[in-house]
Amino acid sequence: MHKLLTDKPGDQMMLLGNEAIARGAIEAGVGFTSTYPGTPSSELSLSFFQMSKESDLYFEYCTNEKVAVEVSAGAAACGVRSMAVMKHVGLNVAADALMTLAYVGVKGGMVILTADDPAMFSSQNEQDNRYYAKISGLPMLEPSSVEEAHRIVADAFDLSEQLQEPVLLRTTTRINHSSGVVTLGAIRPRRTRGSFVKDPLNLVTVPAVSRKLHVKLLQNYEKALELAETSPWNLREGDGPWGILCNGVSYNYVKDAVGDLGIAAKVRLLRIGFSHPLPPRKIRDFLQGCEKVLVVEEGEPYLEEGAKAIAQEAGLTLPIRGKAPELLSRLYEFDPAMVRRVVGDYFGVPWKARPPVDVSDLPPIPQRPPTLCAGCSHRATYYEVRKAAEELGIETLYPSDIGCYTLGLLPPLSMADYLICMGSSTGTAGGFAQASGRKVVSFIGDSTFFHSGIPGLINAVFNQHDLTLVILDNGITAMTGHQPNPGVDMSQLKMEGYGRVSIEAVVRALGVPHVTVIKPYKVKKSVEAIKEALQFKGVSVIISQELCVLYAANLKLPRRKPFQVSDKCRNHRVCMTRLACPAFYVWNERIKIDANLCTGCALCAQICPENAILPVKEEKR
Amino acid sequence: MMETKRLVMVAVGGQGNLLASSVLGEAARLAGVPMRMSEIHGMAQRGGVVESALIFGNAHSTIISDGDADVLMGFEPAETLRALAKCNRNSVAITNLAPLMPFTVNIGQGVYPDLNKLQALIRAKTARLIAFNATALAREAGNVLSVNMVLLGALTQTAVLPLTVDHVKAAMQHKTKPAFLDANLKAFDLGFAAAQNA
Ligand SMILES: Cc1ncc(C[n+]2csc(CCOP(=O)(O)OP(=O)(O)O)c2C)c(N)n1
Ligand code: SF4
Ligand code: SF4
Repeated sequence: MHKLLTDKPGDQMMLLGNEAIARGAIEAGVGFTSTYPGTPSSELSLSFFQMSKESDLYFEYCTNEKVAVEVSAGAAACGVRSMAVMKHVGLNVAADALMTLAYVGVKGGMVILTADDPAMFSSQNEQDNRYYAKISGLPMLEPSSVEEAHRIVADAFDLSEQLQEPVLLRTTTRINHSSGVVTLGAIRPRRTRGSFVKDPLNLVTVPAVSRKLHVKLLQNYEKALELAETSPWNLREGDGPWGILCNGVSYNYVKDAVGDLGIAAKVRLLRIGFSHPLPPRKIRDFLQGCEKVLVVEEGEPYLEEGAKAIAQEAGLTLPIRGKAPELLSRLYEFDPAMVRRVVGDYFGVPWKARPPVDVSDLPPIPQRPPTLCAGCSHRATYYEVRKAAEELGIETLYPSDIGCYTLGLLPPLSMADYLICMGSSTGTAGGFAQASGRKVVSFIGDSTFFHSGIPGLINAVFNQHDLTLVILDNGITAMTGHQPNPGVDMSQLKMEGYGRVSIEAVVRALGVPHVTVIKPYKVKKSVEAIKEALQFKGVSVIISQELCVLYAANLKLPRRKPFQVSDKCRNHRVCMTRLACPAFYVWNERIKIDANLCTGCALCAQICPENAILPVKEEKR
Repeated sequence: MMETKRLVMVAVGGQGNLLASSVLGEAARLAGVPMRMSEIHGMAQRGGVVESALIFGNAHSTIISDGDADVLMGFEPAETLRALAKCNRNSVAITNLAPLMPFTVNIGQGVYPDLNKLQALIRAKTARLIAFNATALAREAGNVLSVNMVLLGALTQTAVLPLTVDHVKAAMQHKTKPAFLDANLKAFDLGFAAAQNA
């Protein structure tokens, strides 16, 4: 049985934050779960996926986050407790649905998890999604630890049912990817089917209905305000004159700082865990007891602005500070020493830090950026597109997209010139084609194509842009940990009950005038096909089909024979300087191939001018 | 109240530091020591660096600031050096001496640091450096992939963390595959002995 389905209340388990949230949802009786994957939330979705195979919990991987919110909204409208999981930027994609779902509301509890990523460990920006609560008018809860993350989920569901509207649950990477000990609670009965009661005058958002629904949303806001006033997630500790207002993981850094500085008796702390709407009376009462207040929150000055507005209404003039050059930054994540220093400085407490060792005299350390795996099909496609462009002597521009293939940005491939967000490769390409005067070749992965690449391609067909789109179809959503997408052959995973959408059929159906499918491990043929596509005037699409090697290895598909560099090698190093496959290494000034890493894609063998790279002979292995 | 102890582990994706964390988590549970940890493992499978912070005792934070590590344990020498700012003068550093060449070096961007110089630098700046070829010991133990267990042996020898040999070995029984247990225990002992002699 999946460990998170263990029905032993009181047992303790060391869980990853994401697992703790999944367990919290199971205990809350969630029946319907949906997601589009994204770090740092991916293990939460994975837990649901795994549990759905062993229980009646329903889970689906959706085409994108908007769809994930929509399917969960449908289930919640039938009275089923539902949860949609995504990373912070996913909520941008889902925002259109979210804003009006806030009006329509839900019947069964619905929780939308947004996993923010301060410091951008694996994201394209570090937006602070607390503002989504503000703009939508929906309640938001935020845990400070793994243990709280586990317990807060049931409260989020209860709150959602009480107010009959979705609740936003916000985490940050350091919650999702921390581990702590969780005490299991009882599992409430799970309802996976409900019933839908027709009520178009409240559920179909034509203007006349929405005008009414907005009134309801504002009434709910008032109710939520009252609930926030008494919510145990807004924690008050201590009653000294030095106020500290904080949220999320910052609370932990503050607690440690207060302990280290020995100032517990002087501090009055308010930790906001019910972060929208902010409780005005609670904050006012807190402020009234303080001489001065420091607001410790990662990201934007959300609490700081809220507290200042409340102080203004209450006629309080005490200093309330947070974001400032000498205090705390809007950038990146906080850490305990930083918070300790700022708390110490702000309240004038002397503190002797343990100085880090001096690293100014260390020799330069070579970077170790993540790189495409040995034998990654993306490397082959990139090489071939570059080669084709070189042979044609055309100047190219490469808008890219988000996935493993974005790693092709780095030299020696250097195959990404522009990137905004998922799906942007197809849209931006049109602008570049029109305005740059260069040949535009953009790249998109299979999952990203389904997620949000299709509208941009339709746009290119309709507006007759002159561009080539390369769809890097490696048969899986690799970057975020090999999740399925609509193009994936689920029978390979021995899973039933799934359809499959053919990218080629979609592209042809869109009316793309020039469509080619290539097998990127066949270098010569691929380069010829790409050259043809590049010369086509209008929209051309190349679908490069080859399974992600890491996924193929996970599937235990037969391995190809590894290659080795024979003594025919004359040390041109074309393989190294053009491909930099991580299976290469240098030994006694010669290129060697690590047979344990080489996946036998044969790309290097096909480009070696001496034909010096050959398969390892059986007996040698 | 028990003193808080902080361990930073750095490794290259695939070196098995996630299993090492999970063994230490289990050992802490067996020892009755509160423990929290966090891991940044976004692109581990694509050869990036994985950094784990493990905090034993009553602290709330799950990350470790520069200067705050009691122990820094590196699975790869250049990565140990890169993370050195986590240490203060009183920290203990443990490092594997078997390099994994970053591809950037292979394509001529940067030079791999000299291992003797690297050790001299770390030794001069910290209280104690334990440096040895953990990969060779793992091979000797019968499983090249047991570098993590070798390093756990060395870590346990330092006695900085509130965990005994028995705790860690029992945790290894719970958390590692039975088929590898003998090799893993041998790897642990070799690492422990290497730290004694370092
Ligand atoms: C709106 C949004 N949702 C999710 C993500 C996380 N994410 C980044 S890349 C990616 C999928 C990449 O899959 P694919 O396009 O198939 O490329 P591959 O990694 O397989 O090469 C996801 C889900 C994101 N960055 N933005
Ligand atoms: S995981 Fe797959 S797609 Fe990603 S770099 Fe490795 S081989 Fe390429
Ligand atoms: S065949 Fe060449 S390019 Fe392909 S994985 Fe092996 S070493 Fe790398």
